[in-house]
Amino acid sequence: MLRIENLHVSFDGNKILNGVDLEVPVGKVHAIMGPNGSGKSTLANTIAGHKGYDVTSGTVTYKDLDLLALDPSERAAEGVFLGFQYPVEIPGISNMNFLRTALNSIRRYRGEEEMSAAEFLGLLREKAAALGISNDMLKRAVNVGFSGGERKRNEMLQMAVLDPQFAVLDETDSGLDIDALRIVARGINAFHGPEKGLLLITHYKRLLSYVEPDVIHVLIDGRIARSGDKELAEELEEAGYAAFA
Amino acid sequence: MAANAEAKEQVDKATSEYKYGFTSDIESEFAPKGLNEDIVRFISAKKNDPDWLLEWRLKAFRGWQEMVDPTWAKIRYPEIDFQDAYYYAAPKKMNGPKSLDEVDPEILRTYEKLGIPIREQEVLAGIEGAPKVAVDAVFDSVSVATTFKKELKRAGVLFMSISEAVQEHPDLVRKYLGSVVPARDNFFAALNAAVFSDGTFVYVPKNTRCPMELSTYFRINAANTGQFERTLIIVDEGSYVSYLEGCTAPMRDENQLHAAVVELVAFDNAEIKYSTIQNWYPGDKNGKGGIYNFVTKRGICAGKNSKISWTQVETGSAITWKYPSCILKGDGSSGAFYSVAITNNYQQADTGTKMIHIGKNTKSRIISKGISAGHGQNTYRGLVRMLGKAEGARNYTQCDSLLLSDTCGAHTIPYIEVANPTAQVEHEATTSKISEDQLFYCMTRGLGQEDAVALIVNGFCRDVMQHLPMEFAVEAQKLLGISLEGSVG
Repeated sequence: MLRIENLHVSFDGNKILNGVDLEVPVGKVHAIMGPNGSGKSTLANTIAGHKGYDVTSGTVTYKDLDLLALDPSERAAEGVFLGFQYPVEIPGISNMNFLRTALNSIRRYRGEEEMSAAEFLGLLREKAAALGISNDMLKRAVNVGFSGGERKRNEMLQMAVLDPQFAVLDETDSGLDIDALRIVARGINAFHGPEKGLLLITHYKRLLSYVEPDVIHVLIDGRIARSGDKELAEELEEAGYAAFA
Repeated sequence: MAANAEAKEQVDKATSEYKYGFTSDIESEFAPKGLNEDIVRFISAKKNDPDWLLEWRLKAFRGWQEMVDPTWAKIRYPEIDFQDAYYYAAPKKMNGPKSLDEVDPEILRTYEKLGIPIREQEVLAGIEGAPKVAVDAVFDSVSVATTFKKELKRAGVLFMSISEAVQEHPDLVRKYLGSVVPARDNFFAALNAAVFSDGTFVYVPKNTRCPMELSTYFRINAANTGQFERTLIIVDEGSYVSYLEGCTAPMRDENQLHAAVVELVAFDNAEIKYSTIQNWYPGDKNGKGGIYNFVTKRGICAGKNSKISWTQVETGSAITWKYPSCILKGDGSSGAFYSVAITNNYQQADTGTKMIHIGKNTKSRIISKGISAGHGQNTYRGLVRMLGKAEGARNYTQCDSLLLSDTCGAHTIPYIEVANPTAQVEHEATTSKISEDQLFYCMTRGLGQEDAVALIVNGFCRDVMQHLPMEFAVEAQKLLGISLEGSVG
């Protein structure tokens, strides 16, 4: 579903990714673990199309599409989603309005009819309830005054409503207490299915006890140093990243 | 006298041809170029003015001749040759396109985005012969206008062109015309007083809540009002009106001057909400053409606990020079100014307000949102003056600027004068750039770059937009997006 080959990426003139190779088949969950500064967020931002990340060589293919040739909104409309580590605030725009604008923008791109206000509200309420998101939170401006946990849950809500096919979740588990982590994990599991692909980026194996990955990759210095099954997470937990460098 | 006779002949000819619509010789709609007392007399004669009004115009004109254009605003433009312009009829009609095929496709695209029907587009684009024919299309049907007139009449509300009001309610007009903005108030107001050819008049009698939002949108298209319009709104004790002024008709001529005057009078416990969406032609990407918009708007809260609020969304014009103001004379009266001003490409805006606190416990609130893009220059200029007797007066001012490019400018120039020690004045100002992270975030959710900019800017303007009547808010939101197209690269 997503195939990354020999990806080299610089940010602010510094080489961050040094030849990443990665393939996530449809229906699978892959996790990327790695120390701070290893390039995890760079990989996530590159997949989503952030302008600041300069792809110097390599390819990213998503369902036969050259993903790098598309702008971020086109990638989103094709079904790629990025759950942010630090979701940004958009003052003055209600969460509800934001999501509806986004959803209809994607539907227009796909040549589908825009969703009516009533139909949208039904969908939103259903998805919000599953994530324990209050009506009040839907009416507040996007992420403005949200706690860390609320922001992450809000990312899950966006994923649920926009219903992408491939999601990259960048440290969605960081900064969450155990209850919030469970809710977020439930959101991820509800999203996952045989038609979907998932790339989880995480520091800790904590999340992986709620969401079981098919493959774990260890990213060190902008390269996949090792790949393996969930045993690898245990190994990492004991030995630390230094053992993989 | 030769010029006089020539002008008279042309005016007479135009008058007779008006009755038969716009299909006949267009050029004859003009008085000769230039401005002198004869032209003022002609306009006055054409409008069938009573003598007092002619005298008032002449007084204004003589005052104007001794004035010079104000230069204190942060706007740059070549000197205007006031003798090289027409002051009667609608010069924009002269080179009007014959059909929509001749209209700049960009303008049509804008109309489409605003969801304006094709017949209405013809009117807005100034297609020759379109206005009169298209009125029905604009208003859907004549019955709409009729129903609406009946309903107003039942409520006792007078709503008509100022020309009609001069004829039908001369006492009211004479009493209040120039009572808030005197004939010689400033250079552009004096020019307007001398040559104004039409405008709107509203009178709401005591203890009456005007049953509907009044809008020039209904009237201007039908009346084809000129560029020196004058608006006078009087709301009597205990009454309320909400008035909407939509200038969504971009004119295509080069650097046309638009100098309007608006006067509002609110008596005890009266409330006036005045909303404007100004989208005159802003000029092209390189700053060529566009309207010079020099407007004087002022309201007086004459009575106790009266309220006036100005809400404006200024997206058009090459130059905007306007300071809708409130004179808070009645004790406990309050004034508000909510403004969004956008300058893109080479547009320049110098806009703000004046809140003059005279009465006790008067309150004013100023929320200004300036958005600059391209090479646009955007200045907030506002005066808050607390006079000696303004015991317990309060003002709150918030000025926020948003920058969308490295070549634009935002300036905030507050003037605060306090002569009463019990008065309180608060001023907050921020300047920020649209953030790449916000844009990226919106785009990863499927919004195209321009839609993302529009969304963020709409959020930035929310505190102002929420004061617009619903039917205008939607149009205004779309306009913000359209005005900023191509501004982030």
